[in-house]
Amino acid sequence: MVEVLSEPVGGGSYEGSLLEVDDLHVEFRTRAGVAKAVNGVTYSVGAGETLAVLGESGSGKSVTAQTIMGILDMPPGKITGGEIRFRGVDLLKLPEDQRRKIRGEGISMVFQDALSALNPVFPVGWQIAEMFRVHRGASRSDAKKKAIELMDRVRIPAAKDRVNDFPHQFSGGMRQRIMIAMAIALDPEILIADEPTTALDVTVQAQIMGLLADLQRERNMGLILITHDLGVVADVADKIAVMYGGRIVENAPVHDLYRSPAHPYSKGLLESIPRVDMKGQELYAIKGLPPNLLEMPSGCAFHPRCPYRRDNCVTDVPPLYPISGTRGSACHYWREVLDDGSR
Amino acid sequence: MTAPAETILEVRDLVKHFPLTQGILVKRQIGAIKAVDGVSFDLHRGETLGVVGESGCGKSTLAKLLMALERPTSGSVKINGREIANARGGELKRMRRNIQMVMQDPYTSLNPRMTVGDIVGEPFEIHTDVVPKGGRRRKVQELLEVVGLNPDHINRYPHQFSGGQRQRIGIARGLALQPEIIICDEPVSALDVSIQAQVMNLLERLQTEFNLAYIFIAHDLSVVRHISDRVAVMYLGKIVEIGRDSEIYERPTHPYTQALLSAVPVPNPEGRETRERIILQGDPPSPANPPSGCHFRTRCWKAQAICAEQEPLLQIRSGSDHPSACHFAEALDVVNAQ
Ligand SMILES: Nc1ncnc2c1ncn2[C@@H]1O[C@H](COP(=O)(O)OP(=O)(O)OP(=O)(O)O)[C@@H](O)[C@H]1O
Ligand SMILES: Nc1ncnc2c1ncn2[C@@H]1O[C@H](COP(=O)(O)OP(=O)(O)OP(=O)(O)O)[C@@H](O)[C@H]1O
Ligand code: SF4
Ligand code: SF4
Ligand SMILES: [Mg+2]
Ligand SMILES: [Mg+2]
Repeated sequence: MVEVLSEPVGGGSYEGSLLEVDDLHVEFRTRAGVAKAVNGVTYSVGAGETLAVLGESGSGKSVTAQTIMGILDMPPGKITGGEIRFRGVDLLKLPEDQRRKIRGEGISMVFQDALSALNPVFPVGWQIAEMFRVHRGASRSDAKKKAIELMDRVRIPAAKDRVNDFPHQFSGGMRQRIMIAMAIALDPEILIADEPTTALDVTVQAQIMGLLADLQRERNMGLILITHDLGVVADVADKIAVMYGGRIVENAPVHDLYRSPAHPYSKGLLESIPRVDMKGQELYAIKGLPPNLLEMPSGCAFHPRCPYRRDNCVTDVPPLYPISGTRGSACHYWREVLDDGSR
Repeated sequence: MTAPAETILEVRDLVKHFPLTQGILVKRQIGAIKAVDGVSFDLHRGETLGVVGESGCGKSTLAKLLMALERPTSGSVKINGREIANARGGELKRMRRNIQMVMQDPYTSLNPRMTVGDIVGEPFEIHTDVVPKGGRRRKVQELLEVVGLNPDHINRYPHQFSGGQRQRIGIARGLALQPEIIICDEPVSALDVSIQAQVMNLLERLQTEFNLAYIFIAHDLSVVRHISDRVAVMYLGKIVEIGRDSEIYERPTHPYTQALLSAVPVPNPEGRETRERIILQGDPPSPANPPSGCHFRTRCWKAQAICAEQEPLLQIRSGSDHPSACHFAEALDVVNAQ
């Protein structure tokens, strides 16, 4: 018998968090070789919880998110290990029709590249309305009404007049808000927001983050917030996962990480923030280049750039050392880093 | 005080209205989106002017007008005293060499069918006298290195890079011709903080070395403050306040600037529950139908009757030391200002 998903996947009983990424590995087979984009990522987010994912550009944040959503380009992408459990059920083992059902209603995503994610040949209102037509079987006029409501909700001025406009007629920030409207259309349980406010000015950013917080409260939604804005993270995150070279190098509750980072990369990030008293001076910048995924450095991937490096860092891969029940650092010398505190 | 450097870019009463049409078969113009609505400022050699403002307030449109990628509805843009808005053909090409742009959207601005080497080296194909043909590959690799990309990746395509990596490709291309003015439209928004710091240090280093002038558009107010000598705050197609960075950040006089500064997220979670903010009420109005008088009045907590009747001009008033477009301009110490 074919199982019909009338109940949410996994039903009501499962152990652990709502969504758990467990030792995920993803590679890209390119002509130049195998790029190990995700090398054992583990993180989790519970209902009503906000996990911020920070990390170097190219460290695998979006690829991890795409894998959770089941929209990874395969090939060239290939999942080579790990599990993604939603309500205790491994999504990687589900057939595509069941995953499609989860996409949008269970887990939904706001994409980093707002323009390329919107279809240039359809009006934005139509694209939002499509969500209701396809997933909920809404009538044309109902779906359009809903689309206008959502555009209003994400504060597109004069939504009613602009519902028939095309993506290129909106500013970058407005397009991003339209993407948010589409992502929240079906009231997902988990929302992955990949750089959702990067294109927004701070007043709208504050409103959008407020909007996401409201949705989170109303629906007890879990939020995975991928961002490099350390201000936004400090504002809204419950916990943080810091990625480097396809791995989690530090995870910690928000207050702990800002007070005293336990990995040299997280410490470097915090120190790179421009501060008023640094005006006219060179900013602190982590030296060197991000790792080449085709040829990951031996030992600790951060060693070519690390001010704490010792000989064994070049040979021994640091495991994610537990610091406390809620904290870990993938650095052999995390104690030293922790003792130094942030500036 | 040193004498102000020579003016390299002069913008006067610049206006760009996009037609707003209705109808599917027969398009009727029913109005206009006033994307840029009377903007004037000077940019001096070697200076950085930061531009901040709400999404959709016209920053990118302003950038495109300065680059002559869009034709203005009216107004003038002079580079080194010469009008670019009307330049055509060979003259436009020569002037464009002097003003380059780093785009906001690294996804659509890079041709997916060109290699990174071709993208960064493209300006050399258009302006063939800059680098001799034999030296171009080496030069492109230098540029890649300078922006923190692996020079060995010169033959890769944009889709093989992450979002942040693609933005660096755009920066490398903007730097290629070593122009006098670079317009950076959100150049570091997509970058993680460590690379952002490298790129900003790089932009500052290049500025000193070549006496470059920057127009630096960004949402991150602490980034803008770090790099800018002067800052212009835009709202709905107009500059509402302009001044030296300390004037804008320490003594903002326009209510919109004050709200903007108070909304800056502070990179420190301590006390986040009790932090005070000016949360703006209402939606940003449509640029197709801006409010009468002061464009900001529908969201302003200080608005009076006069605000609906008279448009406040951008000028220095008694309560302030720099131009502000508010009838009741008055310095306010915004606690959270970074
Ligand atoms: N389709 C693909 N083919 C080959 N490599 C890819 C592909 N998509 C992503 N990659 C590589 O995988 C790595 C991880 O990319 P990802 O987009 O996850 O980075 P990210 O952490 O989201 O970075 P950013 O902060 O810049 O968005 C990058 O090095 C990228 O070049
Ligand atoms: N080609 C166009 N046709 C019609 N309207 C346009 C066009 N380009 C821009 N607009 C409108 O002009 C206004 C200003 O857009 P612009 O892209 O300049 O904003 P912005 O300040 O750069 O915003 P953001 O911070 O979101 O990038 C917006 O209302 C936008 O919808
Ligand atoms: S393991 Fe060594 S190289 Fe890696 S972060 Fe720690 S000190 Fe630096
Ligand atoms: S002119 Fe009036 S409405 Fe406009 S900013 Fe000043 S007080 Fe507010
Ligand atoms: Mg990404
Ligand atoms: Mg823009």
